[in-house]
Amino acid sequence: MSKLGTITRRTFLFGSVAIAGGIGFGYYKYKQPIDNPLELDLSDGDAAITPYVIIDQNGISIIAPRAEMGQGVQTTLAAMVAEELDVRLEQVNVLHGPASAAYFNAAVLEEAIPFAATDTSSMAKRMRNFVHVPAKLLGLQITGGSSSVADAYEKMRVAGAVARGVLIQAAAQKLGAPANSLRTENGTVVSRDGQALSYQSLASAATSIEPESEVALKPQSEWKILGKSQNRIDVPAKSTGTAEFGIDIDLPNMMHASIRVNPNLGAAMNSFDASKAEAMRGVKKVVAIDNGAAVIASNTWYAFKAVNTIKFDWAKAEYPQNSAAHLKAVEESFHSDHQDSQFRDDGDVDAALENASSIVSGEYKVPYLPHAPLEPMNATAWLRNGKLDVWAGTQIPTQAVKEAVNITGLDESAITIHTTLMGGSFGRRLEMDYIIQAIKVAAQMEGTPIKLTWTREEDMTHDNYRPNGMARFKAVVSENGPTAIDLQLAGGSVNTSQMGRLGIPAAGPDIAIVQAAWDQPYGVQNYRVTGYRVKHDFPISSWRSVGSSQNGFFHESMMDEIAHAKGLDPMQMRIDLMTHEPSRKVLEAVAEMSNWGEALPEGHGRGVAFSLSFGVPAAEVIEVAIVNGKVKIVKAFAAVDVGTAMDPRNIEAQVLGGLNFGLAAAMSGNISIQNGEVQETNFHQYRAMRFYQSPEIEVRILENGDRVKGIGEPGTPPAAPALANAIFAATGQRIRELPLDKSIGFV
Amino acid sequence: MKINVNGQEHEVDVAADMPLLWVLRDELNIKGPKFGCGIAQCRACTVHLNGQPIPSCSFPISAVGGAEITTIEGLGKPDAMSLVQQAWVDHQVAQCGYCQPGQIMSASALLNKNSNPSDEEIDTAMSANLCRCGTYPRIRAAVKSAAKNIREIELTPAIESEIDNQSEVSS
Repeated sequence: MSKLGTITRRTFLFGSVAIAGGIGFGYYKYKQPIDNPLELDLSDGDAAITPYVIIDQNGISIIAPRAEMGQGVQTTLAAMVAEELDVRLEQVNVLHGPASAAYFNAAVLEEAIPFAATDTSSMAKRMRNFVHVPAKLLGLQITGGSSSVADAYEKMRVAGAVARGVLIQAAAQKLGAPANSLRTENGTVVSRDGQALSYQSLASAATSIEPESEVALKPQSEWKILGKSQNRIDVPAKSTGTAEFGIDIDLPNMMHASIRVNPNLGAAMNSFDASKAEAMRGVKKVVAIDNGAAVIASNTWYAFKAVNTIKFDWAKAEYPQNSAAHLKAVEESFHSDHQDSQFRDDGDVDAALENASSIVSGEYKVPYLPHAPLEPMNATAWLRNGKLDVWAGTQIPTQAVKEAVNITGLDESAITIHTTLMGGSFGRRLEMDYIIQAIKVAAQMEGTPIKLTWTREEDMTHDNYRPNGMARFKAVVSENGPTAIDLQLAGGSVNTSQMGRLGIPAAGPDIAIVQAAWDQPYGVQNYRVTGYRVKHDFPISSWRSVGSSQNGFFHESMMDEIAHAKGLDPMQMRIDLMTHEPSRKVLEAVAEMSNWGEALPEGHGRGVAFSLSFGVPAAEVIEVAIVNGKVKIVKAFAAVDVGTAMDPRNIEAQVLGGLNFGLAAAMSGNISIQNGEVQETNFHQYRAMRFYQSPEIEVRILENGDRVKGIGEPGTPPAAPALANAIFAATGQRIRELPLDKSIGFV
Repeated sequence: MKINVNGQEHEVDVAADMPLLWVLRDELNIKGPKFGCGIAQCRACTVHLNGQPIPSCSFPISAVGGAEITTIEGLGKPDAMSLVQQAWVDHQVAQCGYCQPGQIMSASALLNKNSNPSDEEIDTAMSANLCRCGTYPRIRAAVKSAAKNIREIELTPAIESEIDNQSEVSS
């Protein structure tokens, strides 16, 4: 790590760079402007912007500059490099690496444009490439939007191939043999007569070789690592208690801190009285931080205990003060003044509704949700001798640098962000609050490393939440399915709220309000989806699958109601409506896996739902049983299409985890507000899914899509509607509000 | 105060009501047990007290006395894992991994008492532990395969008695 730090501070260089006793490939001179981003669609995958291989006396290291939150991204990204470099995964160290704009994520904004993932027109392709430009200019090293694999697929393989080419050239010089007579194998270059030179032995010779500007990537048929299930690099440590999360950082003479800030989110602190806290055992100091106060102590628990005794006078927030008022704000947004988007308006919906003899309609509601990853927010900061080090689990390390510069006034070069493993995130660690606080505490304790740890109560009540929202639909249904659909969706703008906190202006409509609703590949003659924006400043943010998390429930409950209105089979109706072949196939797959159509035992019911989100068609079937009037989730089936599967066993893990995450929220997830404060403070009130509630889950991975896609989120959106639709099938009860346990009990 | 963790005696000077978790983590730098909720609702902090699984976040140090505390570090190491830990790796259970030390401690306590648990018994033993990543299906599979591997060892009495004989001789 120390060597890596040196490179970061000094310079990133094109091509290869000599480092103490070794070589680094693909470094970028990050102080210089990145090359003209408008040429990006021509040169995407250029080796110069595709870090990252270091070969030195410690061996071969691959930099996988995306946050490991549990999705296995570091293993999959390293596998892309390893495949082309021709090394085994077990042979390499995998590092997250430093924060740098050179590691910007080009693909993350692809979801933010009004072109459906199924749209393969040249305009859609141009737009997808075009949003790589702001992504590059923002230089956001960001993990999110299920975009890591799509973003890395070309550039990390190219990075491996370029490094391999240079090592072959170095071996050719050493052996006096033509390069094309050499091959590589497991981290060595091998000559025709069987001489093998390790990559490490070639590292210093390689520094004088100019990398090739064009490299050929292996055809898929020759892959040895990609496409096959790998043992994740982080699993042994995570199974033995030796994995180091942010909360586990330990530094010499480190002090522990905890914080309380205004539970009226975003509002000021008028005053506080910490006289009791200051006298408590273990307490070193109490400091005011923005709209709250932090206790610094010799042990986290002393800090927790003391911070709980501080008396605060809080200012009130301006957003609605209770849950009912928040719901009312949503209801009142179904109005032309609040209209945000209408990306879909096929046929003539008004005429179809006017001329219909009967209309199917419904109104749906979802609550706010917390991310509640199991590792509470924490960060460690150490300000000394004109430099700052920060250790934190973060999805945007480059933003952490920016915040650190703002707070300390130090130059970027004096700041090092160490991105740690994350005990879950689900979108929570896209925020900077806990990092900013840790730096501010450390700035008041210069010389002493400070680890700031939030209590669970602070975490649950100071999240930026999945927005609450509503849907209203009207449909005209014939014997063959819907002929008209008018779907109206109202919710807050995640984009405005979240980007606002990052200081990035977010103009125009917010596609998240209608995500996975406006762009679904159903062929309906008259089909309109309108988004309405709720305007108040209760803090909201991306929650695993973002707008798809509520819109999947709205859209797919609606489709179920449409099918049942005319006695149509909800699976067959969806299959018949599909205009996108990979989407049709995931439905056919879950139908087959679940023996859809076969009779179930008395008291059982099956529900199906489909969502195309983040470019991935996902279909899920849930089977429930009613036991003593309560719902038991018996079995779940999921089929997803990721285009090309990088690591099947890890994809399966993400789908089953995403599905359970969706089921957990659907069953009992709810955040309520009273007097401006979030009421649920811990897991006794915010009830997450328990072991006995998880169904058996069967996953099938299809590869009919035209592009490689990420899978961290797409498993989540169909879970809630599949469950609600299964409950309808088993009981005849149509539940139009989440969480479902407001309306029916669960085993 | 004296405390015995993973077979080692430690002397600590802390408030009597400090939860065991914070003695382990911040005083002894034993970081396997995790903080998740502080009120025994998630069990990421699970350790064994004389073999029984307890939520260390809600167990005051003064109540530990001379009991033997075992943390995940006491079960096995990356290069010498316990059968339960190995099953966790074989099934690639962990995603974020934060809850898994607690899950493994709960599973180990169950399997130490009962190496052939029914699904219901597994439900009872494992339902106090939260996993936000939703890895439950793989946890169940790992518990079952660890149980099978433990039973196989139990079914080889010859080796076991040999080990017993050796330890008797050496002691």
